[in-house]
Amino acid sequence: MSEPRKSRLEVEEIGDVTVVNFVDRKILDEQNIQIIGEQLFELVDVQGRKKILLDFKNVDYLSSAALGKLITLNKKATTSGGKLVLCNIRPEIKEVFEITKLDKFFKIKEDEQVGLQAFA
Amino acid sequence: MADFETDALEIVIPSDTAEARKVQDVLEQGLQNVKAPDKDVFCIRLALEEALVNAIKHGNQMEITKKVFIKYTLDQDVFEIMISDEGPGFDPNDVPDPTDIENLERPCGRGLMLMRHYMTEVNYNSTGNSVRMKKVFKKA
Repeated sequence: MSEPRKSRLEVEEIGDVTVVNFVDRKILDEQNIQIIGEQLFELVDVQGRKKILLDFKNVDYLSSAALGKLITLNKKATTSGGKLVLCNIRPEIKEVFEITKLDKFFKIKEDEQVGLQAFA
Repeated sequence: MADFETDALEIVIPSDTAEARKVQDVLEQGLQNVKAPDKDVFCIRLALEEALVNAIKHGNQMEITKKVFIKYTLDQDVFEIMISDEGPGFDPNDVPDPTDIENLERPCGRGLMLMRHYMTEVNYNSTGNSVRMKKVFKKA
């Protein structure tokens, strides 16, 4: 029997919003990103969660492959009538979003509290 | 100052991202040893990840028997690296601008842009299967 796969995400419910924290400080490794992507997509595709707040407070590094997963997650969330919000992005990571102009594509809020208000 | 043509250290790895991670750890330790500024270490780490993934995934198509060749020099002021793969190469000018409105929702194509932003210089050879990048440290 295979071991259950370790979750790369910490998921909690605050009201009707699903708040997701990343376990990893570096979302760089291709294989890891693949797993994180699958676990994020499962929230929408399998669990049917509509309001998702991704909290980046633990994240020090983020690669372009990770950005790709976030774009796909955003599409999945909006297609199913839901909403994706990002928060607590440290300045170095925020710069990655700005360079790629994805800061205009995603809804990015300063912290968790403001992020939760974005769903009100 | 280290001369790239004569002083560069060389590492050869198979097309395996776990091996690439080990190389990154070695290089990051080297950067810490020369007391490279944290911001520059961040930039290099990100650019290295993108360049190594490009070589392994897009260049060598994840074929484990194909190699990635890494040459680098590192001193107090400058980090320089050349990453080459055994793929057919590509034309960096053919990569669509990921910030164009019609490409914004595409989940890929941002690695090269990040490399160019975070490194002082990024140049490909004419075949497009070897990238040479330089980072000049911004010391306070």
